[in-house]
Amino acid sequence: MLRKTPLNQTHREMNAKMVDFGGWDMPLHYGSQLDEHHKVRQDAGMFDVSHMLPIDIKGANARGFLRQLVANNVDKLSIPGKALYTCMLTPEGGVIDDLIVYFLSETWFRIVVNAGTADKDVDWIFKQRDAAAPGLEISPRRDLAMVAVQGPNARAKVWQVIPGAKAATEELKLFQSVTLNHFFIARTGYTGEDGFEIMLPAEESPAFWKALHGEGVAPAGLGARDTLRLEAGMNLYGQDMDETTSPLESGLGWTVDLKSERDFIGKQALLDSTVTQHLVGLLLLDRGVLRSHQKVVAQHDGREFEGEITSGGFSPTINQSIALARIAIEIVPDEEVHVLVRDKKLRAKVVKYPFVRNGKVLT
Amino acid sequence: MSIPTDLKYTKSHEWVKTEADGNVSVGITDHAQELLGDMVFVELPQVGDTFTQKQECAVAESVKAAADVYSPVSGEVTEVNSALADNPENINQDAFGSWLFKLKPSNPAELEGLFDAAGYQALLDNEEH
Repeated sequence: MLRKTPLNQTHREMNAKMVDFGGWDMPLHYGSQLDEHHKVRQDAGMFDVSHMLPIDIKGANARGFLRQLVANNVDKLSIPGKALYTCMLTPEGGVIDDLIVYFLSETWFRIVVNAGTADKDVDWIFKQRDAAAPGLEISPRRDLAMVAVQGPNARAKVWQVIPGAKAATEELKLFQSVTLNHFFIARTGYTGEDGFEIMLPAEESPAFWKALHGEGVAPAGLGARDTLRLEAGMNLYGQDMDETTSPLESGLGWTVDLKSERDFIGKQALLDSTVTQHLVGLLLLDRGVLRSHQKVVAQHDGREFEGEITSGGFSPTINQSIALARIAIEIVPDEEVHVLVRDKKLRAKVVKYPFVRNGKVLT
Repeated sequence: MSIPTDLKYTKSHEWVKTEADGNVSVGITDHAQELLGDMVFVELPQVGDTFTQKQECAVAESVKAAADVYSPVSGEVTEVNSALADNPENINQDAFGSWLFKLKPSNPAELEGLFDAAGYQALLDNEEH
């Protein structure tokens, strides 16, 4: 039996093509994934991300608990509403999940975790809570729906729909949030465009979705969400990193705080590790489409290195195929490599990523 | 969309049209393009390649996935639709009008074994259950 978000019926009414996404019945697209992609880059689109799970962490020592639970440093969160992107690691330094931490008050933090990992995350967090901070209250919030409204015109369209939202959010900077009546509004996203991720009571979400649609916000499915996040160079859990990979070899070193004195789960393992690989961007020079798990071969100073594509696909904005690949740290931007696609060796250029941000091609 | 009655079909969702000169045009069905979603790349065979029936001979790639195209009958490739290289979305817009390649069948009897429109419709109806 597939799990359904509060917007399931609404998607069906809008002729969504539904797919099984890790046990959830989710919209893949509403007609054309490419059109939805372009709508987000050029105007505004909305995604149902209610399959992701908000978890509230409440209590006197919520901050202290998160200091040791996650790899980024929650002491960077000083203004209420501020958000932080981080990994949660195993003691061996593998990535259990990537998540966002919102600082609401000294006694209330909210984290949002991935759908496919939500159950194991909740188990892990309860286990850590029982061991380290038994007084903390941990509450998974399946009563909330979550809608991401993304694109250059996304904020203005949200302002048309939520009374008082303009005044409450106009001054919000990236990675900040506010609570406005029933709405929790964060200036975050997974597309490389401006916009909001909005949490609201599940039962109010169909009316909210339809109101946004009335303002011209295009419903967009998981297909466009994947091509947008890949162009934006954002990692996808389970493809670009998992429990067997180090964040330091997954393009996530910037989210790991090894400088402060603070101890956290997985820190010692990372300090003891030797980083030999990294994530790079690839731009396909030949015709074709890069896909995850394809082999990458690079010649460098007379040595041959093998790597693997972790996420690949067609970039609708660039109109060429792009990928993220894990390969030896010797291989750096501007080098040319080969990707094995079926029986062919296709040429690709190593590039910096993100590939696209705020509607502009960067590579 | 209705299924053209002047074409033949395979279980793997190719369509086949017998041309006046006896050669056959091959494409993928509307059902196949709908399953794949927005097409972004087509890898075509080369003129002169020979294939046996059901052999992989082309690849249709959408934003979502790469799908093999199988030769509906045995034969030699006489022509490929290079225009699809620049406009793979033509397949989404008109699957039955967008041929991928043409074959000179080496065993025309194989054509008799393909589905007609009614047979293909029945196959699709079955897949939905």
